[in-house]
Amino acid sequence: MQDKPTKTAEGVFFITGKDFANAGVASCELKSILEKMGVDRGIVRRAAISVFEAEMNVVIYTPAGMMRYKVTPDYIKIVVEDVGPGIENIDLAMTEGYSTASDDIRSMGFGSGMGLPNIKRNTDELSILSIPGIGTTLEMVINIKKE
Amino acid sequence: MTLNKIKDILQAEVLTSKFDENMDIEMVCSTDLMSDVLAFSQSGDLLLTGLVDGAAVRTADIAHVKAIVFVRGKRPSKETIALANEKNIPLLATKLSMFEACGRLYVNKLQTSIDAG
Amino acid sequence: MKLQEIVDSLSLVVKTASAHLTKEVTGGYVSDLLSDVMANTKDGYVWITLQTHQNIVAVATLKELSGIILVNNRTPEPDTLKKAEEEGLPIMVSSLPAFEIAGLLYNLGLRCR
Repeated sequence: MQDKPTKTAEGVFFITGKDFANAGVASCELKSILEKMGVDRGIVRRAAISVFEAEMNVVIYTPAGMMRYKVTPDYIKIVVEDVGPGIENIDLAMTEGYSTASDDIRSMGFGSGMGLPNIKRNTDELSILSIPGIGTTLEMVINIKKE
Repeated sequence: MTLNKIKDILQAEVLTSKFDENMDIEMVCSTDLMSDVLAFSQSGDLLLTGLVDGAAVRTADIAHVKAIVFVRGKRPSKETIALANEKNIPLLATKLSMFEACGRLYVNKLQTSIDAG
Repeated sequence: MKLQEIVDSLSLVVKTASAHLTKEVTGGYVSDLLSDVMANTKDGYVWITLQTHQNIVAVATLKELSGIILVNNRTPEPDTLKKAEEEGLPIMVSSLPAFEIAGLLYNLGLRCR
């Protein structure tokens, strides 16, 4: 337990693709870090949902990925990059309910097509860079201090 | 409504050692799809689901869901139960179908979650 | 009860096969997992789900379900609508979540046979 919330933090998690047993571990860890830092509960929830969805996408669709985070008193920035197949049509992927998940994946309760829309809804800035056949990078920013 | 009353209405079994029978539940989110828990649940909800993997518990943790009831006679693994104990999320299991579970809770005046967004 | 009665009571928007609402409904099933619906539904059940891709039509047709209710204002995909119309399968949409729809149906007295 800390007496004063820490003001900054940085770190990295590695995400193993197809490892459903551990899917979400990195996000839960980051959520825990934010809570210990004393970040506002509503902001923690938004950040946790965003990284969880990003982490799930890495696990469901790619062989591996990396999540880097930086927390300051003003903002939380998370970059998730993977070496997966990439997103063919980003606009389509941002549509609620649109999913390229296989039936196997759906039968596990994933791939309902809400991932990217959920991230967009919970972040203040989102940029997606994807090259089919090479991989995808998501950059997410959530502001802590209001202007 | 307390978690204990919910347990009785659903004729459910408690799976985790962490179980606060007086835990107050106001709203329910019912789905098998984890992203929809994140999109449609509110902090403090009860989650009704047929998905028994550890992912359900992690999703619940991320979404600040208070407790999970697995329906359709589904039972999670020992590892999932251990994970839930670690995260202080009570797990229950009922043989009832999702339809029956929702129905019974609804007529007993539990309300649903609405999209907070 | 007939599907039409459910449409009226719950103010559902009917998207396909509006001529087939005279079907008798024998129960309700709430699930988003296709294999689960395949295993546990009986003919005549109305299926309540968030899934919108065209596989839901195949499952509903195979199990002779009376219709599908999509919740949370989910929009069925164009392929899904087309297949459903071909099969004479009513797809109805509600803005309410699954819990509420199931609750309302239960309240109306719908039980699974």
